[in-house]
Amino acid sequence: MRDVAIVSFAQSAKARETRNEVEILMPVVQEAVKNSKLARQEIGFTCSGSSDYLQGQSFAFVGALDAVGAWPPIKESHVEMDGAWALYEAWIKIQTGDVDSALVYSFGKSSPGDLPEILALQLDPYTMTPLWPDAHSLAALQARAFLEATGKTERDLARVVARSLCSAVTNPHAVVSGAVEVEKLLAEPYVCSPLRAHDLPPITDGASAMVVVAGDLARKLCARPVWIRGFDHRIEPLGLGMRDLTRSASTEIAARNAGVHKGVLDFAELHAPYSHQELILRAALGLGDEIAINPSGGALASHPLMVAGLVRIGEAAMRIMAGRGDRAVAHATQGPCLQQNLVCVLEGE
Amino acid sequence: MELVKSITTPVVLDYDYVTGRAQSRFLRGIAEGRILGQRCIECKRVYVPSRGACPRCAVRTEEEVQVSDKGTVTTFCIVRVPSENLAFNPPYACAAVLLDGANIPFTHVLQECALEDVRMGMRVQAVWVAKEQLGPTMSSIRYFKPIAEPDAEYDTFKEHL
Amino acid sequence: MAQRSAVIGIGQTKYDAKRIDVSMPGLVREAAVRALEDADLSWRDIDAVVIGKAPDMFEGVMMPELFLADALGAAGKPMIRVHTAGSVGGSTGIVASSLVESGVFERVLCVGFEKQSESNAMWALTVSTPFSVAVVAGAGGYFAPLIRAYIRRSGAPEDTGIRVALKDRQNALKNPYAHVKIPGLTFDQVMNSPMLWDPVRYLETCPSSDGACAMIFASEAKAAKSPGKPAWVHATAMRSEPTMFAGRDQVNPLAARMNAKDLYSKARITNPRQEIDCAEIYVPFSWFEPMWLESMGFAEEGQGWKMTYEGATAIDGDLPVNMSGGVLSSNPIGASGLIRFAEAAMQVRGQAGEHQVDGVHKALGHAYGGGSQYFSTYIVADHKP
Repeated sequence: MRDVAIVSFAQSAKARETRNEVEILMPVVQEAVKNSKLARQEIGFTCSGSSDYLQGQSFAFVGALDAVGAWPPIKESHVEMDGAWALYEAWIKIQTGDVDSALVYSFGKSSPGDLPEILALQLDPYTMTPLWPDAHSLAALQARAFLEATGKTERDLARVVARSLCSAVTNPHAVVSGAVEVEKLLAEPYVCSPLRAHDLPPITDGASAMVVVAGDLARKLCARPVWIRGFDHRIEPLGLGMRDLTRSASTEIAARNAGVHKGVLDFAELHAPYSHQELILRAALGLGDEIAINPSGGALASHPLMVAGLVRIGEAAMRIMAGRGDRAVAHATQGPCLQQNLVCVLEGE
Repeated sequence: MELVKSITTPVVLDYDYVTGRAQSRFLRGIAEGRILGQRCIECKRVYVPSRGACPRCAVRTEEEVQVSDKGTVTTFCIVRVPSENLAFNPPYACAAVLLDGANIPFTHVLQECALEDVRMGMRVQAVWVAKEQLGPTMSSIRYFKPIAEPDAEYDTFKEHL
Repeated sequence: MAQRSAVIGIGQTKYDAKRIDVSMPGLVREAAVRALEDADLSWRDIDAVVIGKAPDMFEGVMMPELFLADALGAAGKPMIRVHTAGSVGGSTGIVASSLVESGVFERVLCVGFEKQSESNAMWALTVSTPFSVAVVAGAGGYFAPLIRAYIRRSGAPEDTGIRVALKDRQNALKNPYAHVKIPGLTFDQVMNSPMLWDPVRYLETCPSSDGACAMIFASEAKAAKSPGKPAWVHATAMRSEPTMFAGRDQVNPLAARMNAKDLYSKARITNPRQEIDCAEIYVPFSWFEPMWLESMGFAEEGQGWKMTYEGATAIDGDLPVNMSGGVLSSNPIGASGLIRFAEAAMQVRGQAGEHQVDGVHKALGHAYGGGSQYFSTYIVADHKP
């Protein structure tokens, strides 16, 4: 296995952008490339993640090539998934030896459409979509099952929110942040019981980009490259009745395969768009109370769909690069109620 | 008992479309009866419609350039197949028009000419809607029509094929 | 550093305008099960799954791979969904092969599919955004002007496209999976078929099909245990360029030429015309055959049409192209690129039945997408690289 490291990362997030996707993406890609110290043409492979339905247009990702520098022609691929999976494809490509470096990016605007409704299309079209169950309702279903199965309470959810929003105060890319008291949170009305507005992911428009490099080249480019020590992802059946919604079996498998507990963890960046999901993921990853979760504020503070997973990995990498930790686990998810999960273990040089 | 073979489930989704800054400038120009392009600071080429970026050089384009509403047909096809949301009824000529001053052709429809007369190199001009109907939308240009100028030499536009 | 990878199983569905006899899960399983049977494997033997398909609006389901996960035995496994426009089938095969070449997985199942009868593909391709005017009528409306430009640049005889269409449609009669089959088709019938986007006629145009294609890529160790003859992957290549920029050559795109150069260099091929025995090339409108023959280096620029004219690309010619009937005969967009890869591998493995070319040792699979901007290709052979 080749050692692959993250050498740079950039992101952009706003509640509602007046720029279009290309205008949002271009400066983010340029920043990541500049900080990598590689010239654009020197980067061997480019891979991106995005969703047509999010943009309301077929082939939405094609326009993004304009922002990225695809001339002269480049080795490039795209997944209709969160950018975290584009990173996985790039990591695999480097393992084959075909390239030594890759630019990974993702983008998405959630503000143009009614996102929870759009996500109802992400279900079984024959038996589920015709009922139009929006994403928040499905998450609430899972939250209810989780609370009843584990004895956790709405207060526990509110604590997750309070901590996340407080951490987010120092994150320039957070769209929601602030010091909030648990009692105040619990006094808010339900949106979809047991979830309140602050338990849901905020609508966010954003983009992110990352450069990864293999072996010694990473050390030449970066004072403290952040190595990917473990990388795995798994999927579960979509049907809500076909899996145990109160735990994340796929995260458990991915965590084992990625070797999460082969060393001490300093913190974790978990992609939990809904507050109760953080608790589910914590358990799935076997994270004790002493491990700080989402020092960036996490998805409750900023959630550009198709981007947020890659951002968890990027936030973790930047924190390690800055010397604020040595080893961390980052996680990404997609699909209703944590259907598909990716785990990435990072370690600083 | 008859098995259910298929179900029809209509999907309706509303999106608030944001044009972005460059396209917004372009459309405001159209609303004034002007066609605006942007010049790339590196390769110096003029893009119409303005898109905010030069895909060749991957840099933002800022410098605004007004181009003519006259141009040359570089290539075309005659559309004969009907489709749900087309703006024109087939048969019609769909042409790539290289406006004078631009470095990239712009796709639109040709009218006021017989289909068999449409040819590469033909000189055409935009036909706009009435002044009071101008708005920030491409449909402010109704179509392009041929004008009485000699055809452009093949060499002048062959790099755009 | 790359591990070797080989194709050990292939499965295709019957392609048709509307596969109303199966749901989406049924469609993908039909191909996947055939691939497993071909490889003599069960679902348990697969380590990872890759799905490729084109825009989700073609079925009206966002990220349909999520609900198809269990139909493809992917529960508990890694699953990736590739989307690179029309070339997606090719990219899917390349990603699957990469998963094996990386050394991380030993047996990877990949599936390309489209069930576009469930939505409206023409609409999905022409979704107009506000402020714009819908003038380009679908893919044909986009490519016809480029074809006209090729004819002008090369001086090719106007009936070149008709000859390609006739050849591919006659080949389709020998392919049990093909969608469009017109027995007894003549040159005149093609010529007299309605003009859709001048200069492209109805019978020179690909259909809209439902269908799925599945392939299983395996490591050297697992390929050795496989009952059938493996098709060894000698090289894969991907190149992309932006859709529209000043001075872009869309007729002979640089991305296509660079892709070919990279592919042949990795496969150590110096004379493609001689060293490659047959090719499955992505030709959705007849004229793309001569155009892609040129960009893939089988003919000099402007000369590709001669290969068609001379019968070189006929099934009994010296470089048969699209023995399966090609995209002109079956076009489930998400699968079409993978079908090219599958058919190339079938030729190498001697599995192509009636449309088998004798003595194939090395074959090319080719896919393109978008505004002639995405290219995914591979070379397979009956011997290890």
